[in-house]
Amino acid sequence: MIPAPVGYIRVDSTEAALAALGEHGDEAKILAGGQSLIPLMRFRLAAPSMLVDIAGITELSGISVVGDTVSIGAMTTHSALEHSGELAEACPLLAHVASVVGDPAIRHRGTLGGSLAHADPASDLPAAVLALGGTLVASGSNGSREIAATEFFTGFLESALGADEMLTGIKVPVSTGGWSYQKFNRRAQDWAIVGAMVAEGGAGVALVNMGATPLRASAVESALAGGASSVEAAASAAEGTEPSSDNNGDAAYRKHLAQVLTGRALRDAGME
Amino acid sequence: MTVTDNPTGGIIGQARLRKEDPALLTGEAKFMDDLVLPGALWVNCVRSPHAHATIDNIDTTAALAVEGVTAVYTGADLAEDWAGPLPCAWPVTDDMKSPDYWPVAQGKVCHVGDIVAVVVADSRYVAADGAEGVVVDYSLLPAVISIEDAESDQVVIHEGLGTNVSYEWPLIPDPEGVEAAFANATHHVTETYVHQRLIPAPMEPRGVAAVPAPHNGDMILYSSTQIPHILKVMAALTVGIPEHKMRVIAPAVGGGFGCKLGVYPEEILCLALAVRHGVPVRWTEGRTEAATATIQGRAQRQTIELAADENGKLLAVRATLLADMGAYFQLITPGVPLLGAFLFHGLYDVPLYSFTCKSVFTNLTPTDAYRGAGRPEATYAIERAMDVLALAVGVEPDEIRSLNFIPTEKFPYDSPAGLVFDSGDYQPALDRAKELINWEERRAEQAERQAAGSKMHLGLGISTYVEMCGLAPSRVLASLNYGAGGWESATVRILPTCKIQVVTGATPHGQGHETAWSMIVADRLGVDPDDVEVLHSDTAISPLGLDTYGSRSLSVGGTAIWMATERVVEKASLIAAHMLEANADDLELTNGVFNVKGTPGAEVPLAEVAFAAFTAHDLPEGLEPNLQAEVTWDPPNFTFPFGAHIALVEIDEETGEVEIIDYAAVDDCGNQVNPMIVEGQVHGGIVQGIGQALWEEAIYDEDGQCRSTNLGDYLVPSAAETIDMKLDYTVTPSPTNPLGVKGIGEAGTIASTPAVMNAVVDALRHLGVTEMAMPASPMRVRRSIENAQGGAV
Amino acid sequence: MEISLTVNGDTQSADVEPRTLLVHFLRDQLGLTGTNIGCDTSSCGACTILVDGQSAKSCNLLAVQADGAEITTIEGLAGADGLHPMQQAFHESHALQCGYCTPGMVMASISLVEEYPNLDADGVREGLEGNLCRCTGYQNIVKAVLSVKK
Ligand SMILES: Cc1cc2nc3c(=O)[nH]c(=O)nc-3n(C[C@H](O)[C@H](O)[C@H](O)COP(=O)(O)OP(=O)(O)OC[C@H]3O[C@@H](n4cnc5c(N)ncnc54)[C@H](O)[C@@H]3O)c2cc1C
Ligand code: FES
Ligand code: FES
Repeated sequence: MIPAPVGYIRVDSTEAALAALGEHGDEAKILAGGQSLIPLMRFRLAAPSMLVDIAGITELSGISVVGDTVSIGAMTTHSALEHSGELAEACPLLAHVASVVGDPAIRHRGTLGGSLAHADPASDLPAAVLALGGTLVASGSNGSREIAATEFFTGFLESALGADEMLTGIKVPVSTGGWSYQKFNRRAQDWAIVGAMVAEGGAGVALVNMGATPLRASAVESALAGGASSVEAAASAAEGTEPSSDNNGDAAYRKHLAQVLTGRALRDAGME
Repeated sequence: MTVTDNPTGGIIGQARLRKEDPALLTGEAKFMDDLVLPGALWVNCVRSPHAHATIDNIDTTAALAVEGVTAVYTGADLAEDWAGPLPCAWPVTDDMKSPDYWPVAQGKVCHVGDIVAVVVADSRYVAADGAEGVVVDYSLLPAVISIEDAESDQVVIHEGLGTNVSYEWPLIPDPEGVEAAFANATHHVTETYVHQRLIPAPMEPRGVAAVPAPHNGDMILYSSTQIPHILKVMAALTVGIPEHKMRVIAPAVGGGFGCKLGVYPEEILCLALAVRHGVPVRWTEGRTEAATATIQGRAQRQTIELAADENGKLLAVRATLLADMGAYFQLITPGVPLLGAFLFHGLYDVPLYSFTCKSVFTNLTPTDAYRGAGRPEATYAIERAMDVLALAVGVEPDEIRSLNFIPTEKFPYDSPAGLVFDSGDYQPALDRAKELINWEERRAEQAERQAAGSKMHLGLGISTYVEMCGLAPSRVLASLNYGAGGWESATVRILPTCKIQVVTGATPHGQGHETAWSMIVADRLGVDPDDVEVLHSDTAISPLGLDTYGSRSLSVGGTAIWMATERVVEKASLIAAHMLEANADDLELTNGVFNVKGTPGAEVPLAEVAFAAFTAHDLPEGLEPNLQAEVTWDPPNFTFPFGAHIALVEIDEETGEVEIIDYAAVDDCGNQVNPMIVEGQVHGGIVQGIGQALWEEAIYDEDGQCRSTNLGDYLVPSAAETIDMKLDYTVTPSPTNPLGVKGIGEAGTIASTPAVMNAVVDALRHLGVTEMAMPASPMRVRRSIENAQGGAV
Repeated sequence: MEISLTVNGDTQSADVEPRTLLVHFLRDQLGLTGTNIGCDTSSCGACTILVDGQSAKSCNLLAVQADGAEITTIEGLAGADGLHPMQQAFHESHALQCGYCTPGMVMASISLVEEYPNLDADGVREGLEGNLCRCTGYQNIVKAVLSVKK
């Protein structure tokens, strides 16, 4: 499988990236790690006419913790998240989730920004940022804006980013309360059939692959807030979800899994 | 034939490291796509996206407009380029229905992946661009996907044949006896199992290049194939190139598992296009392409019935198959079920036997041999059914097996299906496997968990098996209507400097023939195995051969090597005797030196004999110069490896996930030339069989679209899903060949699938689950539990 | 587009089409055919190489993305003093049969023990999740990797 012909430019600043996006319009695509985009291009499911490679924008990589906020650049790789001691302390859930994405080779190249911008409901990191109540930082021709994770994922592989915008990073609160990620798949390298994520002692609960977008399990969250046990709360995990059906699971099975995995995640996160 | 008790001069039997490795470990080995062929044109195949349709129009304009595209051909354009349709070498019955299978579809497509046009271009990238530009108009026809629909003939795929049923093949030596046995049986077990379609998925997809010499008419066909020799004959006939002008080379081949023993459209296409264009023409398969373009395995529904007395002693076995051939016949498609036809009674002593197979065409990719070919299917049926019988009788699964094993004293055993099992001693393997898995403790742990109401269930599954391999006595193949023999050829040549050259017709693709063959030769000649070079896989170097499949290489090809070595030694001893002025009968060859028995000091090294044979200055009267011998060996019988495998699984009731937590395998492949290689074959085989049980399935929707076309969706297990297995062996040499060897290439795959599935059912039986289809995916397992418990739990 | 990179210690400059996959560049343009291709979804790992010391699937990178990078392929491991310890371990543990997955498996394993020095058998198995082998059943591969002490 071979990509269709494409143009390529490499930029070393966010401004240059935005300028290139502006110049080439809809036909341009940002290339971060390429771990989602290149497979699509090989199947010619994506055939942009211009790739804007942002790997050279060094300031987009890195993790910093200031006060209660963890800021992470869009080009920070999964592997960097996984191995960051600072992140392991400030936000262990995110570091852990990064460590179960794909396989090591994918994690060396794939980026946080790419994973979020790709907005695949089956991906792990988007749900983590959701569960953590994070904020995404975007830059566009009109300057920079912050988008709450809850507002960011608008549809299947669709986000609130405009065609002329790019993601520069995220902010998540420092979060060391009970956490867990239960990723269920048939082979270790695969995407989750369903995943359940618990952040900050149950304050944030999110689901992977339970609909067109990553989801907050708000029924679970409110049950917990109302004093429900993990078993009681998990029973509502599938509420309001519309999971798809595929080789590995139909919608009913996914709903069942969401309950089981949410229960496990809550208990793993230390809840009764 | 006598078995050499200890055929070893010390080298046979050693776990020697492989001489194949350095080239493979460093990237030096050349696989098909690695070949550099200056001036080659690249082929990209435009394939049908529909399972069943007529082709109304093919517009190649846009494709031809792509810069670098040399030509685009449709089926009509190439209709005159072949001498005949693609060959099927196994017309199992005289009235078998067989559709024409053309390299490029003519007028109609019969499965997704059928080739409708080919783009020829000057690079692989441009060929891909060109293929995007070919526009094909189809009129859809109803697709026949299930074997049941196929059998109904409501839609007939190949109109000319009038039916989708290709053949019916019965093997019922004593029909009345079987009927009577079932009528009188205390226990009558009837089970139906489905073998899902499997994608063989060797890690190297296929690839082909045809390199012509237009002026002298020579043609070299490179192919990632298991069968260069058979391919040469078949391709020569199909394309109409004289066989003596055709040379086939299999470069390093990255696994085959049966799917590279075909004669494929792309091979014939590259040949025809090389003839047309007069330059090399090549094609490399993509993984997604392979899902529908390369044969698939298994695909049959089986009904197995057991008749047994009140103790569970088997009285008769009856198997009835409905087998899915796919849209056309590949090389041995119709014969694959027959390779299992004789083994549905497993390794049990059963007086009466009945087997019938009906085969049908569907609008799916052709099926053909896949690791084990026929025997995994047979073993699965009998081994699953034996567990059901054990339950009916009220005994443990190991007990029902022990009760029915063919007793050791009955070997050679005349099987109810008409075979003669060479040798066997089944109980020790089962005993050892139980020991390895800690059977009693595990049973106790299982009971404890059940009593405690745990939702993590343990299950133990046994599979004891016998298989027939070492394909095959040519006269038996004749009786099965197979279009070729089963012999193998070998040449052993002692070069002037006493280095050894060995030529084999068995074509390796990962099995380690070079290492094993050099060990056999070195052992006898008393030379270093590193001084033995094994040549293979090129019909110009090894003109005679029947290649590698069916666990035949060692027992047939290795035996040929052994015999050729023996023959070279005979000749060398005549020269040595002449040099020593002794009688050849008084000489023995030890550690590379001929010496006169009982006369210390009267000796001459093989090296001197080799040089004397080369100079030919002073040879015995009438003896030809040089030291070489060629042997073609046709085995007198199949070989019958056997063993016992036990799987321990843990099932998460809430998710339905099955995890293998322990696995014991005790195999008996007779004498072992290289135990390290044996172990590797068993490991790989077991994992491949577990793949069928738990993960792998070519999933089709009702339109005949494959939903598992790549390695993200077709779940070949990784290291993370598999475990360290516990292996051991018993050794029961085969009396059918002088090495006493049997074959181990497929045993693991044959044994492991039923072991795991029996374990899965064993884990869930107390919940009311009695049956499980493959693969035992989490959703399927979970559903079975829910259904058994009467709805969602 | 003009790119320049270091491959197995040698500087290479070349003109590539931007869509060229790195694996095709290495194989077809540099003639380094040791790196194999086993899939088109980046699932199999046959094409694994080291980019700046870390494993990467070269079928899932464009050659242009490797501009300026330091690449090691299977051909860059063995030297005058013999096989790389990981290659040697694969040899001694019989961790290969057909050898098609092997270059990728070796490169992934080298990167793995570098990245996670204290792995046990389960860790090695998890770490090789992205590299498929159809022949060996993995047991000997795991054994080989464990035998290479960092
Ligand atoms: C075999 C395999 C297994 C995988 N398994 C998993 C898994 O288990 N879980 C999981 O979550 N993911 C998995 N992935 C996906 C992986 O995590 C990707 O790395 C990630 O989804 C995309 O990151 P990237 O940097 O590679 O983005 P790219 O592929 O470069 O880009 C992805 C998309 O995002 C856009 N984009 C990228 N960066 C930006 C930006 N800064 N601003 C705006 N748009 C941007 C691109 O234009 C493109 O549309 C797997 C991938 C593979 C190949
Ligand atoms: S070829 Fe790159 S992962 Fe399969
Ligand atoms: S050795 Fe053949 S695929 Fe791994």
